[in-house]
Order: sequence, then structure tokens, then C-alpha cells
Amino acid sequence: MTTTIKSRGTIKSRGTITIDLDTCKGCELCITACPPRVLSMTEHAVNRLGYHYPELHPGCTGCAACLFVCPDFCFEVFRYDEPVLTVIETVAEVAQ
Amino acid sequence: MSAAKQLPVLDTSVAPSAARKVGDLKPDLLLTQEHNMCPGCGEPLVLRSFLEALSELDVAQRSIGILGVGCYTSFGMTMDVDLVQALHGRAPSIATGVKRMRPDSIVFTLQGDGDMVNEGLQEVLHTAARGENVTCILLNNGVFGETGGHMTATTVLGQRTKNSLEGRDAAYHGYPILIGDLLARLEGAAYVARGSVHNAGAVARTKKMLKRAFEIQRDGGGFTFVEVLTMCPTGWFIPTGEGPDYMHSTLGEVHVMGELKADGRIKSTEELHEENAKRQQEIEARLAAGGLEEDS
Amino acid sequence: MNELASIDRDNRGEVTQVRGLGSRRGLMEGSEAIALASIAAGCRFFAGYPMTPFTEVLEHFAKYLPDVGGTCINAESELEAVGMAWGALSTGARAATGSTGQGLSLMQESFSEITLAELPLVIFNMARGQQDYFQSTRGGGHGDYRHIVLAPMDITEAVELTQLAFHLADIWRNPVLVYGDYLTAHTRESVTVDTIDFGPVPEKAWALDGSLTGSGDSRLVSPLGFGKHGHPNPGIEQHLRSISAKHKAIEAAEVRCESGFTDDAETIVVAFGTPAKFVRYVVQAMRAEGERVGYVRPISLWPFPYEAVAQAAAGARTVAVFELCAGQMIEDVRLGVLGAAPVVGIGGISTDGSGFGVGPLLDAEHIRERIFAVHRGGAGAELPPLPDNERTQG
Repeated sequence: MTTTIKSRGTIKSRGTITIDLDTCKGCELCITACPPRVLSMTEHAVNRLGYHYPELHPGCTGCAACLFVCPDFCFEVFRYDEPVLTVIETVAEVAQ
Repeated sequence: MSAAKQLPVLDTSVAPSAARKVGDLKPDLLLTQEHNMCPGCGEPLVLRSFLEALSELDVAQRSIGILGVGCYTSFGMTMDVDLVQALHGRAPSIATGVKRMRPDSIVFTLQGDGDMVNEGLQEVLHTAARGENVTCILLNNGVFGETGGHMTATTVLGQRTKNSLEGRDAAYHGYPILIGDLLARLEGAAYVARGSVHNAGAVARTKKMLKRAFEIQRDGGGFTFVEVLTMCPTGWFIPTGEGPDYMHSTLGEVHVMGELKADGRIKSTEELHEENAKRQQEIEARLAAGGLEEDS
Repeated sequence: MNELASIDRDNRGEVTQVRGLGSRRGLMEGSEAIALASIAAGCRFFAGYPMTPFTEVLEHFAKYLPDVGGTCINAESELEAVGMAWGALSTGARAATGSTGQGLSLMQESFSEITLAELPLVIFNMARGQQDYFQSTRGGGHGDYRHIVLAPMDITEAVELTQLAFHLADIWRNPVLVYGDYLTAHTRESVTVDTIDFGPVPEKAWALDGSLTGSGDSRLVSPLGFGKHGHPNPGIEQHLRSISAKHKAIEAAEVRCESGFTDDAETIVVAFGTPAKFVRYVVQAMRAEGERVGYVRPISLWPFPYEAVAQAAAGARTVAVFELCAGQMIEDVRLGVLGAAPVVGIGGISTDGSGFGVGPLLDAEHIRERIFAVHRGGAGAELPPLPDNERTQG
């Protein structure tokens, strides 16, 4: 017997970035540099050069740390005038 | 694995509307962002820093650079700067000739540790001693990156390279040269600083150092020198993601970051260590109080 | 038009001031004449490192350049000296460096690269004797590079060839070396230094002033054949080929040579630089006595006057080469003669006791004896022994 639990929340993004995927060489320096930890590397997808590349998840603060440490000049950084909210719904099956 | 990985992936292919840009893809003085440095290389971060510094100081249109020989040599094709390609080690003398004939220009050299501290040590020392009004920029990764990771004069004790396989041994290989400390002692050196690019804060601090050096040169202050520790994961034989930590814990412990000479005052390695520890405490306190995001 | 500053002297004849514009005439040492001729040609930068017998060239640049708004740097070594000149050249300035062959050995790496970067460097070699023929014409540096080499026989000619050197360097965007020696640097002659107008030179659009930084059309002075992103970028292979083609054109256009009495000569003597003036004197004297001897004096050592040597050798019995070294130019003479006549070296190593200056062999009587020996006895003739200097004599 299981019960389905739905939870719903919002994540605030004060900023965002663009990523020039095709110049990325997959060094991962941005991943550890990101203070809110909202970047992760693709697991399977690769770019034109054959490298894994970073993807952005909600919660960016627009701090530009990724841009500061990116040797391949992949990032542009933006700050929103009003934070953008992303609604997250998670569904879990819990055994009783 | 990051918790964020469970969250949806946002579209990062186009610039958002209703947002202001706070960071450019590349510096204006770069003709293209593409280059052939290895993944995780620290050198492009220094490139960005000093090119932005030149633009922000509004001296770009009288800037002339002299490139040494190393991986960074290929930036000669992509930097939108009037440039002279030098021989290995000889950039400071060329800078001297350029500056003497064009005293109003901002003249800088870009050299690696093999170029400057091995092959061209006497050039940079004499240029500093002469108080030549130029800025020498050193990209220090402790190895000959271009040849594939060989020991240089700045390789720290214990560091493994292709010709010090068991680590640099003082008795066999000799000691590293702390070039910044050496230069700081010379009367003609007006400003000597050592930056790093192992994290965003260090990059920002390095850019300030570069800016200060160019300002001093612009005002006729004398010889200025900015050394920057850079990652070379290829030459260090480590995964790219480990580069910053490896650098901080090996080179960074010996070649200590900070302003070694400014406003006529020379600082020792001990003083710099103390200063950096204090700075780290402050950062941690601010992180605990709500983060650094608004800082940039 | 570059004009020469005029010079005031005190009652001992020492220069007190350089001012105004105009020509300079008087009794002066070769090194002073060379510095003044350079300034007359528009040279505004010099860097060097003291070395006998070149030192006084540096001294006179140091003395005069600041007064015409130029710079002379007493460099920390020859490596720095040539590097500084490289930098000055990159801004479009006329610039020079120099030394003795020993010092130029240290500069060879940069000479190669400056040639490949197509920069108009002028180099002065105040050599110890003529031991640097190979160094100046073949070079000790790497790669397919050539320098135009001009060898004056006296101060008057040095004044002209120094100015020509700056002109040719700009015309061809290639280094030019002026080959002198102890006597070139230290003999006093009555000379006039005036700016010589050799005609226009190409505009230096490649010269750096920083003004194109950030324009998208910034410049790169490089020996590697690289261009900026989005601009012509021939690469090293094409770049080296184009320089090689340029050197072929220089070989065709810039041969300079003087010859005399070659038409019916049985013996031809080839000599360059200061010794050539002695050889010419001896040959003229022998002619006056009815001896059928002639001479060829290469003025450009590269490109070498192979054709002039071949023509002179065509009817000759013997070709003799007088040079103050173990035998270097003789190889070029053999290439020119191409077996038409036997080629024999009649010079040799001869220095003063210090090794820097003039040896006893540079003497009209000794030269006459040696020319006579081959003139009478042909290529197989035994030469008189080389005269020893005062140190060897004890």
C-alpha cells in the first residue's frame, strides 16, 4: 500500500545566464565556482567539440562567478529587475 | 552530486528580456572568444582581466603589448591589441625599446614562468632595476605548459613534473625562485603584486592589481609587475576540476597572493599569509551572514 | 628629411654641444663619424654593450642621441641591447645596435627573429680583424635568414654606407650589417657628414603606436607569419617562403663591388673592408711598375659579387684572397670563380698583442710580398711566413 505525496514550492532566480555551449571545453570550473550551486554538467549530451557542458537550474543570483572562472568565455550574466519564480512540483510514492 | 541536478534545466540559449546584463561574454579587446588553450587552463582568465582593465582605464587606444613564448602566444592572433611577438625571455627589453620611443603608450609584456623566470630572468630584473615605466605580467603555473609539463624555476618543492617525476627535490633540482619577492627588493620597482585565478574572488582581486599597475604606469610611476598564478591541469596531470584546489595548496602556499610592494612598502611572505587569513575570515563571516552575491 | 644637428667644440676639440641643423665636417674618429652618420640618417635609438673595438661607437651615440631627442641605452648585455632595438624598431623608429663579433654572437637568436619579423635593424660590427665574415654573411642564428652586409674600406665610405644601411633596411624591411674593424672605429679622417638622400622609403604602416588597439585592425609584429583573427594569416610556411623570395630579390638588386685593372690581369687579388684599401694601394703601385695585377673589392659581402669575381677571374692565372682570418671569404671567391682559375689565400690571422687591434700583416710591404709570391710563382708558390706581433716576438 502506498500513498502519493505531492509537494509544491517556488525557487527564486534573481539572475540568469546564457551559455555558449559550443565553445565550452567541459573543464567544470564553473560548477564548483557557483555559490548557489545551480550549475551541473550534462551526463550524456556533448557539444560540437565533444565535451559535456554545464546546464542552469533555478536559483541563479547573477553573481557572475561562473563568468569570472570560465576559461572559454562561455557565459553572459544578467540580473532580473524582479526575481523570476520557478514552481517546482515533486511527487513521491511513500510506502505505508 | 549537486542537489540542483534534480531541478528543471532552464533555457540558456538566448538573452532574457527584462534583465540587465552584468557580465559580457568576452572582453571588448578580444576579436573572438575562441582559443586553443586546454580545458581548465587559467591563462584566459588573466587575459580577460587585463584586457578589461585596459578598457576600463580608457587607455586601450595607446596600449602596446609584447608577447613571450608559451601557450599564451596564440592570444597574439585574437587580442585586438597592437603587439610585438618576442623571443622566449626577451619581452622586457623589447618593451623597453617600445616605451622609450613611445613614452605616452601603455606598454605591457605577457610572459610565462619558463619565459620570464627561466630564460629571461636577467631581462625582467634589469628592466625593473632601471625603473622602466612598463608593466610585466607573469602567468605562473610552475611548469612549461607548452612542452607538456616540465619543471621551471618557479616549480615548488615536491611538485611533480615530467622531469621531476618524484617531485621537485631541493638537493637534486634546487629551490624555486619567488620572482615577485626578488623584484620587490629592487629600487626601480614601483608596484609588485601576486594574484591568482583559482576562484572568482581571486580573479576579481587580480584584475584590481592589474588595473593598479596600469594606473601607476599611466602616471609615470615606474616599473610595475603583476604575477598571476594560473592553473595548468594538463601540465600537472590532474583532472581539470581539481586545478584550482591543487594550485591553491601547492603553488599558492609558496608563491603567496597579495601586494608585495605598494606605496613604497614591501611585505614579507609571512605578512601576506596573515593578511590572506584575515581576508578569508571576513569572507566566511559574510557568507554566514547572507552571502557574497551582491558583491560583484 | 632627416637633418644632422651641428656640433660645437671646445678649444681641445672636444664636442661641447650638439645643436641646430646642418652638416658636420672635420677630422673625426670613425666611431664618431658612424654615430653622426646614423643620426644624419634619422637613427633615434641605439642600444649597445661596451666591447673593444666597438665601444667608442656606443660612446658617441650616448653623447649625441639625447641632443636630437633620441635615446641611447647602455644595455645590461648584448641580449638586452638587441631586444631594445627590436622594440624601438617595432614603433617605426630608425634604430641600431652593434658590437664586436663576439658580442654579436650573443645577439644571433634575435637577429634571426628580427629578420623573420621583417624589421629594419642596422647592426654595426667593429670586428677584431676579419674573423666574422662567416658570422655576418652566413650567420650563427637559426633559420633561412640573410643580412645585407656592407663593408666600408675607410671612414668616408663608412659615413656613406652607414646611411645607405638605414635606407636599405627600410626599403627591404631586412637587417643590414655594417662590417668595420679596429681601424674603421679608431682612425681619424677628415670627413663631411651630411644627410644623403637615397630617395623615398615605403611607409611603415606596420609600425605600432597603440592607436589601432581596439579598432578591429590592430597590428602584430611577428616573426611567425601570424595575422590577427579575421585578417590574412599566411602561417609560417608561406611567411618563410615570402622572405626567401625577398632575399632572392635582394641578391639580384643590391650587389656592390669595386674592381680595378682586371681586364688583362694575370693575378687578381680579392679583399674587403680596411685591408682592401691596402690591397688597392699595393695593386696600383705594382701596376705602375708594369705588373699585370688587378683587384676586386666586394663592398656588399652579402649579396656577394660573384659575377664580378667570375669576370675578373676569366683571364687570370691566379686568384688570391687577402683577408685577416684563417680563410672565410675565400669560400665565396671559389664559388664565384667556379674552377676557372686556382684560388689561393694570401692573408692569415694577424692581431696585435691584445687580440683586438691591428696585426703586423696589415702592412703594404707584407701584402706586396705575398701578392708578388703568387704573381710570380702561381697558386703553388710558397708564401713568406706570417709576421708575428709584439707579444709573440717577446
